[in-house]
Amino acid sequence: MSRIGVFICWCGENIARTVDVDEVTRQVAEFPGVRCAVNYKYMCSDPGQAIVRDKIVSERLDSVVVASCSPHMHLRTFRSAASLAGLNPYRVEMANIREHCSWVHPNRAQATAKAVQLIRLSVEKARRDHELEPIRVPVTRRALVIGGGVAGIQAALDIANSGYEVVMVEREPSIGGKMAGLSETFPTLDCSQCILTPRMVEVGQHPKIKLYSYSEVETVSGYVGNFNVTIRQKARYVDIKKCTGCGECWNVCPLKRNPSEFDYAMGMRPAIYVPFPQAVPARPVIDAKVCAKIIRNGCGLCLKKCKAEAINFKDQDKLVEEKVGAVVIATGYKLYNIGKFQDRPKLEGYGEYGYGKYKNVIDSLQFERLLSASGPTVGELKRPSDGAQPKSVVFLCCVGSRDNAKGLPYCSKICCMYTAKHAMLYKHKVHDGQAHVFYMDIRAGGKGYEEFVRRAIEQDGAQYYRGRVSKITEENGKLIVRGTDTLAGEPVTIEADMVVLANAMRPADGVEQLAQKFNVGYDEYGFLLESHPKLRPVETASAGVYICGACQAPKDIPESVAQASAAASKVLITFSASELTREPEIAKVNEDTCAACFTCLHACPYHAIEQAEVRTPRGVFIKRTARVNPGLCMGCGTCVAVCPSKSADLEGFTEQQIYSMVESLV
Amino acid sequence: MAAAMDAGPTRLIRLLQLGQTEKALRAQGMWQCVSCQTCSTRCPKSVDCAGIMDALRQLSFERGVTTPEQQRTVLFQKAFLANIRRNGRLNELELIGEFKLTTFLSGRSVAFLLKDATLAPELMKRKKFHLVGEKAHDRAVVARIFARCMENSRL
Amino acid sequence: MNLAYYPGCALHGSSNDYEQSLRACLGALDVQLKELDDWICCGATAAHSLNQKLAVALPARNLALAESKGFHEMLAPCPMCSMQLLKARKELAESEALRRSISEIVELEVRGEAKVLNLIQLFEAIGMDRLKAAVKVPLSSLNAACYYGCLLTRPPEVVEFDDFEQPRSMEKILESLGGKTVDWSYRTECCGAGMTMANEQTVLDLSHKILTNAKQHGANCLVVACPMCHVNLDMKQPNIEQHYGVKHAMPIYYLSDVVGLALGFEPEGLGVNRHFVPGVARSADLQVSKPAAGPKADAPAKDAGTKAGAK
Repeated sequence: MSRIGVFICWCGENIARTVDVDEVTRQVAEFPGVRCAVNYKYMCSDPGQAIVRDKIVSERLDSVVVASCSPHMHLRTFRSAASLAGLNPYRVEMANIREHCSWVHPNRAQATAKAVQLIRLSVEKARRDHELEPIRVPVTRRALVIGGGVAGIQAALDIANSGYEVVMVEREPSIGGKMAGLSETFPTLDCSQCILTPRMVEVGQHPKIKLYSYSEVETVSGYVGNFNVTIRQKARYVDIKKCTGCGECWNVCPLKRNPSEFDYAMGMRPAIYVPFPQAVPARPVIDAKVCAKIIRNGCGLCLKKCKAEAINFKDQDKLVEEKVGAVVIATGYKLYNIGKFQDRPKLEGYGEYGYGKYKNVIDSLQFERLLSASGPTVGELKRPSDGAQPKSVVFLCCVGSRDNAKGLPYCSKICCMYTAKHAMLYKHKVHDGQAHVFYMDIRAGGKGYEEFVRRAIEQDGAQYYRGRVSKITEENGKLIVRGTDTLAGEPVTIEADMVVLANAMRPADGVEQLAQKFNVGYDEYGFLLESHPKLRPVETASAGVYICGACQAPKDIPESVAQASAAASKVLITFSASELTREPEIAKVNEDTCAACFTCLHACPYHAIEQAEVRTPRGVFIKRTARVNPGLCMGCGTCVAVCPSKSADLEGFTEQQIYSMVESLV
Repeated sequence: MAAAMDAGPTRLIRLLQLGQTEKALRAQGMWQCVSCQTCSTRCPKSVDCAGIMDALRQLSFERGVTTPEQQRTVLFQKAFLANIRRNGRLNELELIGEFKLTTFLSGRSVAFLLKDATLAPELMKRKKFHLVGEKAHDRAVVARIFARCMENSRL
Repeated sequence: MNLAYYPGCALHGSSNDYEQSLRACLGALDVQLKELDDWICCGATAAHSLNQKLAVALPARNLALAESKGFHEMLAPCPMCSMQLLKARKELAESEALRRSISEIVELEVRGEAKVLNLIQLFEAIGMDRLKAAVKVPLSSLNAACYYGCLLTRPPEVVEFDDFEQPRSMEKILESLGGKTVDWSYRTECCGAGMTMANEQTVLDLSHKILTNAKQHGANCLVVACPMCHVNLDMKQPNIEQHYGVKHAMPIYYLSDVVGLALGFEPEGLGVNRHFVPGVARSADLQVSKPAAGPKADAPAKDAGTKAGAK
């Protein structure tokens, strides 16, 4: 016979104003199996919890029902209270008579009656609750960080410095991401490489960080605490252990004029190259698409020159297995393509700006390379067409951002700031130059950001026009920029030497396929989905997989670094014990009755069901069965719904419980 | 064309957003518009700005806010449509004649009346001058179409 | 090829030189045009400026006339007409209620089944290969600025034709005919459209910019596919020259003129002699004085691969 205690909360006036709590208490006390029913003003308060604990002991309760707010608020609170009183926490149920009752129904009589019914359901459920123990999952205390930009680097260092091993996978030949290519960063105008390269070196040399550069994640299996990852190390054709980085090879390479990826085609690189001097690892890679030796067995000069015998034209991609317990995805961003070629149907590019047609119309990352002291023009501002110093530069904001027609509807967040920065750096380099900025709004919400933009305008003389540019054409070597200033209500035409377009931030290529491998969601733009935009910005729906940086949404360096440390802290929480505990309200298959049809296996969205065998203690095969992996199961109940033999059921929410709850209402 | 307008598209649309429809209808900016469709094509919010200019013109004319006497373009368009109504197809000479005469009578100069007069012999020389223009056969149906479209209209 | 032909008021009015040249060259290319019986004005600028119903009804009537005669395709060489026809067609397709009410107004069922083609699209349907093969007189002396104006490519969701910022369909035709084209900046900028009478200064200002830019980029002629643009750039060129004190001397050819010339017609047969700004006087004038250097200025390459020398 059940001994159920029901505790009804007034929640101050929130419930008691609409629901007659005394009447409810009277009626509920009559339910079969209910030993005691009490009400109190604030059940979640210390005295309220004390009432629960005392009653558990004095009435020897075997189940508790708290009728109050949503379980999202205080289920943990009451479970702890029960635990302290010696009752298994999974014998605590909550009836939501606030969000589901007093907050949505104005009529007192009807709300009171409904509250009684809601409690009846919970009592029925509690009657059939079993004791459950949290599930313990072993944890491999190694982390995988995907992406070696500033976010990935920060996360990796935080985790490694806490004493855990980190495997870092970076797609490019060197880590550093987009930040390694920037000239100076807002709002401090720190030299980007100067502040990043020490971190890059730290990662490269850290005893606890295993760096796979020029590599990608191939396959993933497993679950939180126990991921098996296969990594594809792409063929470099250079053995980075033997190579000393002496540079003889790239000096002798005859194919010197390939557009440099790192310089966004503003400069050239040889076929065998290191992307930039401070690369980590500072070892070259051979571009198999252009190398004469690889294509037609010609040349081979680098092979002859290499004293360390590090060049290997027979190199192939290698697959490597790693076991990790947590994953941080930090794959960063790419910029919206301004030209005609687009990778999505609704994007169109901006033909009216002449990008791709006029050499001196470039995008923001290309401008960064021209500004950069280690860039293709060695920090002197030379325009692409003729190398002349531009005396007038026009900057366009919102190219592809905030554009429902041809681009992306969202704001890319960083462009107002970096455009102001560009205007300032331009003026610092070309003292007699004039910067013109066309903007729609100025978004400068960070610390010191507004002041930074004002500096560009007030001290560095940048001329700001509130309006868009309608067309850019070229006459006699000058770019004619036709726009408007809506504040003055006047058209503005500028003859510029160069135009810089601030194009939208988008997630990096391939992020959607990567997300699918990890069961992480992404939105229509490819940005990875966080668990909760306010309260859980670095967690995902997949336990053990965390995200940080621009792969989640457009953001600047301070925010990326902050999120990276946040993700690292989540990883450290996962690693805080050698075992992970998970809530036990998951599915379970009755292996006696299971017919091994595996419908559940195919239906499970979390791939949490395995094929297993039932054997005698001696190992003799009896039958096959479906088995739920307690580490992966999220308790969604899909398998329960599809199982034809009713062998799958949910612990803590069994079919029996549901049927009896429904029957109790009829 | 916005530079030539008293209120360009930005201002006109803003006035409409603020509920100042009357002010927008009184503006003359939309009559300078050449309907080149560039605005709608470029708009990042896919606002049919060219369509809004049409609507402003239509409403301004329908409500008598802008009269043919005030705005030469209105006079011209009105004469154009009357011409189509009569003939089914445009009779250029008739249109120019009517337009020039009406403008002259509402206060334009003789110079305006006679300007382009030298065009006539040039066109004749080139066999581009039609004394009597083409007409559609079934002009009655044209008249009926106009009547149906122009119920309660100032056309 | 057999299609309906909607000339529009301009082509039977003061732009009858356009009709002359397109009938000549299309005839030579085996295209049969059947003028739409009892067509009416499409409404042009006046209708959409003053009365929305009229703006849809007038073109709709013409669409219905084409359908009722069983035509699947209709050539509308004036972009104002073609755009209005396409716009009406689109709006009627999007609203069944509108379609029924307009059908009542125009006293004919309008189903929007006939496709509307502009002249460039017709040449594309004929095919660049056929054009190349039919060239008798390569247009070697022409360094053309192809001028599209507004309504051939805009509004893009209505006309759905060519790249609306950097169109190249006319250039492709010119190149198939052995002509050279220039890359210039005013290809889709408005010439002033229907403001010629009511607001002449606008036309003078806008068209002057177009002519100036074409010349700056080395063009020796413009090629247009719109009678309104032709009037503003050709008939008004003397006015522009007088107003700005500048000699443009820029001949304005219709696209059908250059096709006709390449097919071997004399300029007179195409109405080129009826332009205000004189174009080429004789077909022979189209040849460069020295033999062409590369294959692109020559007569079209035959399949045998031999290069024909310049005449």
